Amino acid sequence: MQEELIRRAKELLGDGTVVRVMGWRKGDLSFNPEPALFETEESLAEFVYDGFCGANLSKYMIKLSKLEGKTLVFLKPCDTYSFNQLVKEHRVDREKAYIIGVGCDGSLDVDAMKEKGAKGIQEITEDGDTVTVRAIYGDKTFDREDVILERCRACKGGAHMVYDELASNADEEKPARDGRFSLVEKIEVMDPKERFAFWQNELSRCIRCNACRNVCPACSCIKCVFDNDRYDTAQKANADTFEEQMFHIIRAFHVAGRCTDCGECSRVCPEHIPLHLLNRKFIKDINTFYGDYQAGADTDSRAPLTNFTTEDVEPSIVQERG
Amino acid sequence: MYKIKKEQISALLETVGKAMDLYLPVNNNGKTNFGFWTEDAKVDLETLKTVKSPKDAFFPQSEVLYSCYKDAKKIEITPQELVNRDFVIFGVRACDVRGFQVLDRVFLADPVDTYYAARREHGIVVSLACGEPEESCFCKVFDIDAAAPEGDVVMWAVEDCYCMEAKTEKGENFLELVKEHLEPASDEDSQKTAAEQEKIRQIIEKFPYSHLSLEGWDGNATKEKFDDPRWKELSDACLACGTCTFSCPTCQCYDIRDFNTGHGVQRYRCWDSCMYSDFTLMAHGNNRTTQMQRFRQRFMHKLVYYPANNDGMYSCVGCGRCVEKCPQGLNIVKVIKRMGGSK
Ligand code: SF4
Ligand code: SF4
Ligand code: SF4
Ligand code: SF4
Ligand code: SF4
Repeated sequence: MQEELIRRAKELLGDGTVVRVMGWRKGDLSFNPEPALFETEESLAEFVYDGFCGANLSKYMIKLSKLEGKTLVFLKPCDTYSFNQLVKEHRVDREKAYIIGVGCDGSLDVDAMKEKGAKGIQEITEDGDTVTVRAIYGDKTFDREDVILERCRACKGGAHMVYDELASNADEEKPARDGRFSLVEKIEVMDPKERFAFWQNELSRCIRCNACRNVCPACSCIKCVFDNDRYDTAQKANADTFEEQMFHIIRAFHVAGRCTDCGECSRVCPEHIPLHLLNRKFIKDINTFYGDYQAGADTDSRAPLTNFTTEDVEPSIVQERG
Repeated sequence: MYKIKKEQISALLETVGKAMDLYLPVNNNGKTNFGFWTEDAKVDLETLKTVKSPKDAFFPQSEVLYSCYKDAKKIEITPQELVNRDFVIFGVRACDVRGFQVLDRVFLADPVDTYYAARREHGIVVSLACGEPEESCFCKVFDIDAAAPEGDVVMWAVEDCYCMEAKTEKGENFLELVKEHLEPASDEDSQKTAAEQEKIRQIIEKFPYSHLSLEGWDGNATKEKFDDPRWKELSDACLACGTCTFSCPTCQCYDIRDFNTGHGVQRYRCWDSCMYSDFTLMAHGNNRTTQMQRFRQRFMHKLVYYPANNDGMYSCVGCGRCVEKCPQGLNIVKVIKRMGGSK
C-alpha cells in the first residue's frame, strides 16, 4: 500500500500537479510516525502509511492551502468529513488540495495494547486482522479489533466524502458501525448528581494542555477565547473548579453542529478523558431535535444550528426533558 | 536496610497519611497521577510512569502567591503562607528525582524562590527503583541509574517485599515514623536487592534509546544548533499544545496572573509552556512568532541553554513522557537523533 502511495505522490510531484505532499513520516519506533510535509521525491523515502497513522491531516490544510500551489494530502474516510467541514467554513480552499482517499482498517492504539499487557514494546507488526507485539516482558498477539482507537469502533463507514482519486485499498462500501451513542445513553440515564460526579471525576484529571483543542479541526479560530490574556479572561491556570470545566463546556458548545466526531480530541488526550461523550451528546440531541445530520458530509447544506425554521424546538425543551 | 511485605504497604501508608500529607501515585479511572493519599485512594505503585511528573509536589501547576482584599478605600494584602509542615512524596522514579535537582538549580539559585524552597525543605522524597523499565525510557543516557535512585529513602521491589534504605537524615526520620511496620532486612535480602539491581540494569541495556548519543548537544552548540534548517521539518506537525511541557519533570516556566475574586485579587502563578503563542508576551508583542521558533526553544533549552548555564547538566532526564504522550509523535529523542552528530 505504502509503495503505491509513494509512487502516486512522486508522479504528482513530478508532473507538477502538486508542489508538496502532506502525509506521515516513519517514526524511530515501529509505532510513532508523525504527520509530515514532503517537498521532494527523495524525501518520500521516509513516507509511511500503516495502522499508526491515526493523525487526521485535514487541519494542516488550513495552513497549507494558504501557500502557493497545490498540496497533495492523504485522507482516511473519517478525515474527509473534517476536510469538508473546513471547506464549508471557508477555512480551507478546496482548489488548493489534491486529495487521495486512503482506505483504513481501523487505526491502532498503542495505549490499548499497553492496557492489555504489552510492556517494554520493541516492535509492533500488523498482518491483516492480527497485531503482533514483540516486547521485553512477553510477546503478545492481539485481534486488531481489540486494539483500535475508540473512534474506530464507531466508524462512520469506509466512504470518502471528498477526494480527487482513491487509493486501491479504499473500500467505499465498508459499512458504518453502530454503538456510537450507546455510551451517551448510559450517561443520560444517570441522575443529575451522579452525572455531575462522573464528569467532575473525569475532568479532574485534565492538565489543560490544550491538545484536544489544538488538534480539533472544528477549533480553527485564529485566536481562541481561552488564549485571551486580558485580566478577568485569562484561563491559563488549571483549577479543579467550575473554572476548569468551563473550558470543556464552552468548547463542546462551540463545536456543536460542526464537530464531525472525528475522534481526534479523545485520541490525543494524555489523560484519556472521554471527550467524545460530550460531543456525541450534542450530535445525538441535534439528530433528535432537527433530524439526522452529519457535519462534514457535504460542503453546501445548511447546518441545523445556523438555519432557522419554524419547526425548530423551543429552548424550553431543556426544562421539559429534565 | 529494612523490609516490608508488599501486602502490608497500605498499613504503612495509612500511618504516614494520617501523620502528614502524603503524595503518591493514585489511579483515577485508568490513569495514574500523583495525588494525595486518602483512605479510599487507589494507590498504584505498579505503573512505571505517572502521566504528569511529580514536580507538582514542589512546583504546583497553579498556586496563589498573595491575595488582596478591597474594603471601601482600604486594601489588605495577605501573603500566602509558606509550607511549614513536613510531607512525603512517595514512589518517585529515579528520573523524576533527578528532575527535582534540575528544578533546584533554577528555583534555589539566587534569588531563591521562597515558595519552592519551603516545599523542598519540608518534602521527604521516597524513591522507588524501576523493576520493569519501558521502551520510552532513556535515563541511562543522562547517567541516571534506575536501579539506584536518589532520594531520602530508596525502595526496591524484591519478590513479595519492598526493601527500604534511608539515605539522609530526613529519610532516617521517615523510617522511624513507620518502624512498627518494618523488619530488618537480612543479608539474603541485601543480596536479592543487589540481584534485582543487576536485572534492572540488564533490561535497560536492551531498550532502543539506551545508547542514544548526545554528541553535538552541549552548552557550546548554540550557534550551530540554532541555525540548523532541520528545525522546520521537525516542527511542521507540532500542534503547539502543552502536553510535552506539562508532563515533563523538568519544564519550569510559569506565568504570573491575577484572578478577580469580586472584592479583590488573587495573584497566582501557573505553569506556562514555551509552545504556547502567548508565552513571554510583552508589551511590544512576542519575540517568537512562529511555531518553529517555539519548538526550537523547548529543545534548545533542554539540551543547550540549560547545560550552558549549569555546568553541563542537561535539563532532560530521559523519562520518555514526551515520547509517549506527544499526540503527533514528535519528541526530544527524534530531535536529538536527527540533529545530533558532530557539530
Ligand atoms: S487534551 Fe485532555 S488533558 Fe489536555 S486539555 Fe484536553 S481534556 Fe485536558
Ligand atoms: S471536537 Fe473532537 S471529534 Fe469533534 S471535530 Fe473536534 S477533535 Fe474531532
Ligand atoms: S511537540 Fe507534541 S506534545 Fe509538544 S507541543 Fe508539539 S504536538 Fe504538543
Ligand atoms: S524532555 Fe521529554 S524525556 Fe526529557 S525529561 Fe522532559 S518529558 Fe522527559
Ligand atoms: S526513565 Fe529510567 S528512572 Fe525513569 S521510569 Fe524509566 S527506567 Fe525508571
